[in-house]
Amino acid sequence: MKLRRPKITLSATIWLLLGAAYFLLPLVGTFIFSLKSNQTGKCCTIASYTWVVHNGDFWHTLKLSLTLALETIAISLVLFVPTVYWVHLKVPKLRPVIASFALIPFVVPPIVLVVGLLDVFRGTPQWFYGTPQGFLVAAYVILAFPYMFFSLDAGFRAIDVHTLTEASQSLGASWPRTLTRVILPNIRAAALAGSFLALAIVLGEFTIANLSQFNTFPIFLQYTNETQAYPAAAVTLMSFGLTWIAMLSLLYIGRKRGGTPQLTGAR
Amino acid sequence: MPYLELQGLHRHFGTVKALNGIEIALGEGEFLSLLGPSGCGKTTALRLVAGFDRPDAGRIVVDGKDVTRVAPSKRDMGMVFQAYSLFPNMTAAGNVEFGLKIRRRSKEDRRKRVLDLLELVGLGNAASRYPHQLSGGMQQRVALARALAIEPRVLLLDEPLSALDAKVRVQLREEIRRIQLELGITTLYVTHDQEEALAISDHVAVMSAGVIEQMGTPSEMYTAPSTPFVAEFIGTMNRLESTVTDNSSGEVEYSGIRLQLDAARGRTAGERVLVLVRPEMLELEAAADGSAVGPNQLAGEVLTQTFLGPVTRLKVNLGAGAGAGAGLIADMSTARAAALPVGARVVARIPTEGAMLLSLADDGRERPVLDPDNP
Repeated sequence: MKLRRPKITLSATIWLLLGAAYFLLPLVGTFIFSLKSNQTGKCCTIASYTWVVHNGDFWHTLKLSLTLALETIAISLVLFVPTVYWVHLKVPKLRPVIASFALIPFVVPPIVLVVGLLDVFRGTPQWFYGTPQGFLVAAYVILAFPYMFFSLDAGFRAIDVHTLTEASQSLGASWPRTLTRVILPNIRAAALAGSFLALAIVLGEFTIANLSQFNTFPIFLQYTNETQAYPAAAVTLMSFGLTWIAMLSLLYIGRKRGGTPQLTGAR
Repeated sequence: MPYLELQGLHRHFGTVKALNGIEIALGEGEFLSLLGPSGCGKTTALRLVAGFDRPDAGRIVVDGKDVTRVAPSKRDMGMVFQAYSLFPNMTAAGNVEFGLKIRRRSKEDRRKRVLDLLELVGLGNAASRYPHQLSGGMQQRVALARALAIEPRVLLLDEPLSALDAKVRVQLREEIRRIQLELGITTLYVTHDQEEALAISDHVAVMSAGVIEQMGTPSEMYTAPSTPFVAEFIGTMNRLESTVTDNSSGEVEYSGIRLQLDAARGRTAGERVLVLVRPEMLELEAAADGSAVGPNQLAGEVLTQTFLGPVTRLKVNLGAGAGAGAGLIADMSTARAAALPVGARVVARIPTEGAMLLSLADDGRERPVLDPDNP
């Protein structure tokens, strides 16, 4: 029997177009705006893009923010994957407690967070306190905590952690081997989701970087916006595209080399 | 000398005594089933042997060595779980190969062993499939191959068939037994299915409330249960609470009816006993006038008929005289059962030599209540 393709109704099409317009119109508007000349204000020139590409600060701050994002992701995964694994395996009663802690970064405004962190870390060595790779990454790990925790938590809940762990151990695997060879590959999607969110947060974080006086990409973007309107639109679009490229790169690196993970098992 | 010994194992979870001093001694290459209802402690015992849990007291000895405190990864015990436990990120071959990689076996050696084992469990053509591409039965076969790959000292199976449908369950249990005999591997098998346990085991240990009620060969367990619990748990059993009236002739009284039983000879007069009769031992006949009762006969009325394939099971109501709800279950050929429709008056003859007798003296232990119709 030939399967009929589901029919898309008129109302569904209208809602789809409305949704698409909501997301695409600002991008189209920004794009048109970015094509205007900085001198005459008339369309169309790629001068703004040329200016951005030849701007050293653009590349410098972008590189810094990407480095900070990767550091944040690496530290978050190293910290949270074993923690969430252990909580699911050994102390499931602690899960709601950690989940409530994970909500704190949502509740505490970034301004309060940065003032507190600057005070707490004041006595720490200069290589930590005075560099974005130290202080900012520490702050970003805190900011990424809820996103990373809830993503990983969902991933661990989707697999039978106990049975997989015991099966691995009965075959002679140590704890590290069980974690890296059995558990991690099966929560890859969750770890990637957490990493995407952490990347997006770091590439867009302004308050903490500004108050702790580090020149990250969002600071450059804000400065450009204040001084040159048309190149600022170009920077915005380019950062949007670069964020997508970064996310696709993460997806490529963490791509699946097997079948669809089994999400459930009788127990 | 026993190969696997569980010596006085105790395990408490809060106030619950999951295991209360169980003792098991199993010879090399033997197959023992731990059988019991949910919560009897059978899986706890298996997990202690696997090393996933530690006993509060007692020892686990394998081949003369105490392994009670040895980590599960160092015990060399192959385990097949109730839940589908294959690693979803690995193919069937990858799963079987996992333990061999840990043991640093050469690539060629690994490849050969993986193929041999997949052939052994009948999945030689499924090596490159992922778990989600396999049926439940196939997944459990791969799990068995994976457990066998490491050449375990003891094979542990924790209700491996419970998630499978009836036909696959029968097929796979026979294959498990075939492979176990072929490899001569000492096996501990946990199940709540008495038919499964009787079909494939050298020995069966029936557990209840954290203790082993009885351990013996499947035939012993069926024909000579030592406690009322075992009698009811293994197969279906008719139970008649009676009193010994004459110990020399072997006479007991059940609801005012005297029964002559070989097993009652030598018991103490006045002793409260449980007369146990298997449904297939009962002889059921239509009662000519509806009330005539001869020696060892109980009168009643057919309440239900259940077609079981080779036989038909009849439930007979013994009436108010035998106590509220008192009844008997009898199995007979379907052809004979046709002559005894629902509502027919019948007499059931208790065989003199086939009935078993157990003392009703209470040993003070709490045991789960079983439904005699659905043991």
